[in-house]
Amino acid sequence: MTVRQFKVWRGDSAGGQLVNYDVDVNEGEVVLDVIHRLQATQEPDLACRWNCKAGKCGSCSMEIDGMPRLACMTRMSTFEENASVTITPLRTFPVIRDLVTDVTFNYVKARETPAFAPPKDVAPGDYRMQQVDVDRSQEFRKCIECFLCQNTCHVVRDHEENKTAFSGPRFFIRAAELDMHPLDARSDRKEYAQKEQGLGYCNITKCCTEVCPEHIKITDNAIIPMKERVVDRRYDPLVRLGRKILRRDQLEQEAVAVTTLHQAHPTPQPDGAAPINWHRELAPPMGADVDDKGHLPLNELLSDRVGANSPFGDDVEFPVDPTKLNYYHPEQKH
Amino acid sequence: MTTTATRPIGARPRAAIDAKTLRTDKWWIAPLLTVIGLTAWVAYATVRVFMHKYFWVEDYHYLTPFYSPCVTDRCADAGAAEFGAILPNWWIIPDAAFSLPFLLLFRLTCYYYRKAYYRSFWMSPPACAVPDGHKTYSGETRFPLIFQNLHRYAFYAAALISVVNTWDAIKAMHSPSGFGLGLGNIILWINVLCLWAYTLSCHSCRHIVGGRLKHFSQHPLRYRFWTFVSKLNTRHMGLAWTTLATLAITDFYVMAVSAGWLNDLRFIG
Repeated sequence: MTVRQFKVWRGDSAGGQLVNYDVDVNEGEVVLDVIHRLQATQEPDLACRWNCKAGKCGSCSMEIDGMPRLACMTRMSTFEENASVTITPLRTFPVIRDLVTDVTFNYVKARETPAFAPPKDVAPGDYRMQQVDVDRSQEFRKCIECFLCQNTCHVVRDHEENKTAFSGPRFFIRAAELDMHPLDARSDRKEYAQKEQGLGYCNITKCCTEVCPEHIKITDNAIIPMKERVVDRRYDPLVRLGRKILRRDQLEQEAVAVTTLHQAHPTPQPDGAAPINWHRELAPPMGADVDDKGHLPLNELLSDRVGANSPFGDDVEFPVDPTKLNYYHPEQKH
Repeated sequence: MTTTATRPIGARPRAAIDAKTLRTDKWWIAPLLTVIGLTAWVAYATVRVFMHKYFWVEDYHYLTPFYSPCVTDRCADAGAAEFGAILPNWWIIPDAAFSLPFLLLFRLTCYYYRKAYYRSFWMSPPACAVPDGHKTYSGETRFPLIFQNLHRYAFYAAALISVVNTWDAIKAMHSPSGFGLGLGNIILWINVLCLWAYTLSCHSCRHIVGGRLKHFSQHPLRYRFWTFVSKLNTRHMGLAWTTLATLAITDFYVMAVSAGWLNDLRFIG
């Protein structure tokens, strides 16, 4: 066991500073272990988000010696023994306290991204796909939503004003995943990625790929293929001419119109099953009760209820109305 | 995701950290090497392109890739105008005026080189989690950077030019007595192979041969092309630098033999 030096950023939205600590480090430990020991021995109120400690939940994203990383996957053995390790919260998102940031930006962008559009003539349960067709999409399903790519992308990291126009690498892989999905019915995902997600802002400097703890080839396998697909549609005069001559553009416009119709009305089901509205507008999440500083009431004296707030939002009552869900088991008959 | 711990209340401040970057590793080495490497290569290439001599070895039909296809009267005089002499001799016209602009465009719009020069020359950003040096940023959404989307056409041109380079390498299997093989041929062939590998590993090529498909299972042949190009594509950066090296070495060797500084090592003829 050795004593190592750490600088940890302490503070909240009102300000803060790097504070020096000396903490014991055992062989084989990771940065998250050190933070836990710091909480246990010196700073019980040090705020830090964590969950699985196995690099699969994406909670403990922070910046260690200036590089966005997962604290649970950063081994202490990778640092020089006599150098101090600097630990700061993610810079791109508003800070809540200490190492915890508010990553709402990503959830807003996630909600804006169109969901999987089911094929019109195939019933749920009858979807059949070949492995070779879904290989590419499956790479992107490895995403654990740690938002390190979102944090490191200079488009929003260095330019707060781009946050409205730019969705970030995590949602480009989502767009690519669905655009490459063999059964996705939408054909306008390229246009959406370019117009609404701000794909053109990306200058492919590959930092998202560098920091991805799941080693997803974000730039090579998602962003560049999406850019090329946009070129097919928008910048390729030969393809444009071909589409005009063959009148494909008009066919696609009709297809989009059909999709819109499909979105607006629940699909009637045979045999008296409840109608399925795949594109039911999701209710915005209800915020938990917070105080003036935006903090949760952490003791029962301040809270208006016994026990913790519902993780599903306090406005959701159980059991939920099955007709308002957008999932039905194919054999369900009510 | 159903609920958030705090309610979003407009733009709230980020953590107040004074240091621009807290990275302790030598993040500036990669952009520095890129600047040195690219600047040196561009300087050498510019000098060679406007030198207008030592580009052709009459005995062995070696033609440097910087002058291929050679299309000025100067080439016709030297006997190197394989595809005809169309342009006059004027120092400002490169002897390969029909290929160099497209090759330049191909490399300028290449997805790897874009990363390299955005990071090093434009510092946007110089390295990950290091702030970029610009007040505003609009990426590739506007003029002139929106023209990066032309990469595909530059690729088509570069593929054609690779065919010309291959033809040059075939024609160079020559000696005054007929067929010939020398060290120059081996250098030319290595260069041509590397150029093909770089050109085919292009991201646009990967998209065109199969990446644009939604159902690989219905296009097995194109899927195999795509798999092959994908394998090459993972080495695109390595190939980009390798071809810069092979181009410069090939050109220098042809110049050295043409100027009489070196004698070509002959195996046959």
